[in-house]
Amino acid sequence: MKVAVIQFPGSNCDLDVVHVLRNILNIPTDLVWHKFFQNKIYDAAILPGGFSYGDYLRSGAIASHSPAMEEVKKMAEDGKPVLGICNGFQILIEAGLLPGALLPNDCLKFVCKWVILKCETSRTAFTCLIPEGKILYMPVAHKEGRYFNLEEDLKSIWKEQQVVFRYVDENGNPTLEANPNGSIQNIASVCNKEGNVVGLMPHPERASEKILSPYKNSDGLLLFESMINYLKR
Amino acid sequence: MTQTFIVEVIIENKPAARDPEGETIHKDLILKGGYENVKSVRTGKYLKFLVEAEDEKHAEKIVFDLCNALRIYNPVVHTHKILVKGG
Repeated sequence: MKVAVIQFPGSNCDLDVVHVLRNILNIPTDLVWHKFFQNKIYDAAILPGGFSYGDYLRSGAIASHSPAMEEVKKMAEDGKPVLGICNGFQILIEAGLLPGALLPNDCLKFVCKWVILKCETSRTAFTCLIPEGKILYMPVAHKEGRYFNLEEDLKSIWKEQQVVFRYVDENGNPTLEANPNGSIQNIASVCNKEGNVVGLMPHPERASEKILSPYKNSDGLLLFESMINYLKR
Repeated sequence: MTQTFIVEVIIENKPAARDPEGETIHKDLILKGGYENVKSVRTGKYLKFLVEAEDEKHAEKIVFDLCNALRIYNPVVHTHKILVKGG
């Protein structure tokens, strides 16, 4: 099993993901420059957070045309797990691998805080070990994370079980106060129809060790453990 | 023979997607400044291309094609307008 963390110009959460995979989960992991990424060498790929190409035009818009993305599309078609975290999620959206759009936060500010998430589906490569309805704590750090989709497409992604996580309060309710960026229906994460490509705005790699969490948990690790479980099937 | 044209592209959110920047400019600047006859403000993105083409239609087509091929706007959430001006 070998995982690639794809580094774009402006990625800055790449080493955090590499640390979690290599040092906590003992998974052979390569940090791969976006021009050199090849699908056939790897079993899974993670697009980390950051500010690829300075967020010019729109977050993720320029990186979505990187040579790596043709390889990521092949990877997605092959059914291999692909995870986009924060800017990685924005890149997957802009590449058309995930549905919808990510707009500037409704508060117009960079939001950096811990949020509460509810798992909406266990059918994906990154949530297969997370029971539906489970509450997880993770931090967000972004300025363009307001998930948006048109009404008809929203109905479709619910029907196809493509909503993966939502921002909720401690009781699991998707309230206005629990929503850090104005995302429609409090959506924090979506997947493709097959469930092997997932994108989310929160940072699981920053919530994978108890020492880093104010809640003394490692909820983010569950996503990476799910990926390992999915690959071993 | 080719000429040079200025082609402008204006990208804005579809009406269904809120524009908090426009709303804030309207509420906290325009209305507070006493311009009550201004009923709304929408912000967007403006790109100016300098294009070599045979005529205006050709220049417009080049930019129309590149906007779609390179996803200069996100069709899920944006509308775009292309305006051609003489070079």
